[in-house]
Amino acid sequence: MTVRVGHTAEKPAFPILAHELLQDDQTRRNVRHATNVIRNKRALRVEEMPDWQDLRTAAHAIKTHTLLHLPHYLEEFERNCIRAGGQVHWARDADEANTIAIRLIRKAAARLAVEHPEVIKVKTMTSDEIGMNRALEREGITPWETDLADMIVQMGKDEPSHIVVPALHKNRHQVRELFLQNMGLTELGTEAEDLTGAARHYLRKKFLEVGIGISGANFAIAETGSVCVVESEGNGRMCVTMPKTLITLIGIEKVIPKFDDLEVFLQLLPRSATGERMNPYNSIWTGVTPGDGPEQFHVILLDNGRTRMMANVRERETLNCIRCGACLNQCPVYRETGGHAYGSIYSGPIGAILSPQLNGMKYSRSLPYASSLCGACYEVCPVKINIPETLIHLRGKIVEQDQNTLAGKLSQESMGMKMAAHLFEHPKQYEAAQRLARTGQGLFEKDGQLVNLPGMAAGWTQYRDLRALPKQSFREWWKRNRTNRGDGSNWSGNE
Amino acid sequence: MRIHLFIACYNDTLFPRTGMAVVNLLERLGHEVVFPTSQTCCGQMHYNTGYHAEALPIVRKLLHEFLDAETIVVPSASCVAMMRDHYELMAHNANDLHMMGDVKSFLPRVFEFSELITDKLGLTDVGAYFPHRVTYHPSCHSLRLLNVGDRPVRLLQGVEGLQYTPMEGSDQCCGFGGTFAVKNAEVSSAMLADKIGCVKKSNAEFVAALDNSCLMQIDGGLHRELGSRDRIRPVHLAEILNSTRKNPLTAESLAWEGATA
Repeated sequence: MTVRVGHTAEKPAFPILAHELLQDDQTRRNVRHATNVIRNKRALRVEEMPDWQDLRTAAHAIKTHTLLHLPHYLEEFERNCIRAGGQVHWARDADEANTIAIRLIRKAAARLAVEHPEVIKVKTMTSDEIGMNRALEREGITPWETDLADMIVQMGKDEPSHIVVPALHKNRHQVRELFLQNMGLTELGTEAEDLTGAARHYLRKKFLEVGIGISGANFAIAETGSVCVVESEGNGRMCVTMPKTLITLIGIEKVIPKFDDLEVFLQLLPRSATGERMNPYNSIWTGVTPGDGPEQFHVILLDNGRTRMMANVRERETLNCIRCGACLNQCPVYRETGGHAYGSIYSGPIGAILSPQLNGMKYSRSLPYASSLCGACYEVCPVKINIPETLIHLRGKIVEQDQNTLAGKLSQESMGMKMAAHLFEHPKQYEAAQRLARTGQGLFEKDGQLVNLPGMAAGWTQYRDLRALPKQSFREWWKRNRTNRGDGSNWSGNE
Repeated sequence: MRIHLFIACYNDTLFPRTGMAVVNLLERLGHEVVFPTSQTCCGQMHYNTGYHAEALPIVRKLLHEFLDAETIVVPSASCVAMMRDHYELMAHNANDLHMMGDVKSFLPRVFEFSELITDKLGLTDVGAYFPHRVTYHPSCHSLRLLNVGDRPVRLLQGVEGLQYTPMEGSDQCCGFGGTFAVKNAEVSSAMLADKIGCVKKSNAEFVAALDNSCLMQIDGGLHRELGSRDRIRPVHLAEILNSTRKNPLTAESLAWEGATA
């Protein structure tokens, strides 16, 4: 299997990428501004919902149930999709999915009698996950991103920095520059209306000319075989209705059992994602209808590492994700660095747990550590994914992996942790270590502060000061001032 | 009431003043404090960094040490969060029914410091006196994992002479995050810079919290920026509640030398 998550295999670790991004004041300002705006809108729209917590609980329950019976619901979806005139393809990994897509595009292009196939694409992060654009281009197929933000990212030969707002790191002025360079314009204003006007003009031609569309899906409904995409622009509606052939790429975890389940998710998703009560465009389509919409409809159901996550309850929960991006906007780490620091198209807290798991813990191994475990992500997650708990679980897996290698065993961190664990299990040695630290700190002490500490502690003193250890520990004070009462200690451990 | 104190390893080593304040305050309120001297750590550092196997014996030791305690106070919200969120899971993963029993008996007896004062002792006014402007930093673990709510602020507002000055962006993480502070030191300090901006804006003389770890981060950033000049002093809530007209806590007494009292 060739599970792939974008270009995670080629990316440096989070602290290295974060270092670069922290120097980029413009991007940081853009990220801060955009996340603030969405956060505030979300808070407003969530506050007005008296049953928000019940909705979260319901969504978690639906997702848990579905994942526990995933084969059943996927097959039900397949049956109903085919019955309605759709065709369903199963892809185990990125390469399989791309191969299927390329084959379908070639066939459709032949029917349309076009020599150089082009496709219009919308709302499909999953296609970024499998590196679809690169794969298509290698085969001489030109993909056009039609979601405004995705188009901006594609024009800038950039990468998405946010799950919902892929060009969140760009401001209006930067977008204007890109449009001027890429749309053959000589004049363009900087107002949102100017920019969307230019994009509309540019994209309308593509919608009318290109006969093959590729979309993602927010939900695949087993009961009816329907597919649902929600969006704000209407470009998605164009993309899924105008082409003769539509190919929809769906991660297998996107299936929900019943049409009625949308009631829960369509309340949670827009409020969490963009702070809207309802998405301006909610497209739901079922198979094909003669004379209305695409004549050919294909679904590619993608695994790409998802099944592997099903075995463990803590890992499986990650597949609850409905890609709302609320955890990104709320995350104090994401807000400092933006999405590119994660080196994965899935960034922020959800990216930090999803990417390494999809990759089978081979890549993105620095991401579970890119969190202070503050818990803000879990608090806002509409499907109640306990992200902090999952981060800790994945850290445990990484440490376990590392302990199987000599370098991992002998790393500074591993040795330090084992030494500390030993001290914590042996109170007398722990007390001795406290005294030793107090004596030893003289080497690094300057005016009551510790500076230029060695090893891992250097990370602390590089950016912050640290008060020197006080002259006595609490336990020493206690023994001097309170021991006449007995300490109630009953520890008879191995000293 | 007989109250057992779990001090937390970093308070023991770096912030003995907090432990002394808890002891003196509880004794002033007429309670007996017991400190099992073999205690060390709650296992949080190891567990949260991914060293789950190493954390297990540390937790077992702690559970054993507090088997007979009726009421346990912990002046560190993140340690209490570690206990409540992970101890059962650890026992479960270790397939250790005996440990699971110990955890189930242990947890209802554990109180974070502000929980002990408000819920168990039923107080919001402990007779403290602290005539200063104080802001409050709700540490993430006290805010989101323990849900202490407004308990600490009610306690601050019960202090004679204290002027509580709310902090903008109070629910924002200070960037400490345990080993995150060294593994991702640069991002951690960027988060700290934001927090320090909020602390300064509050126009307080002191910033209080239920976790000295977060206060160590804030103090480290403030000191790096301002040196030892007149600046905002981080202080654990227990130390403010222990301040009285007779034995007031002052900025001067917050110097380390004060620790040898």
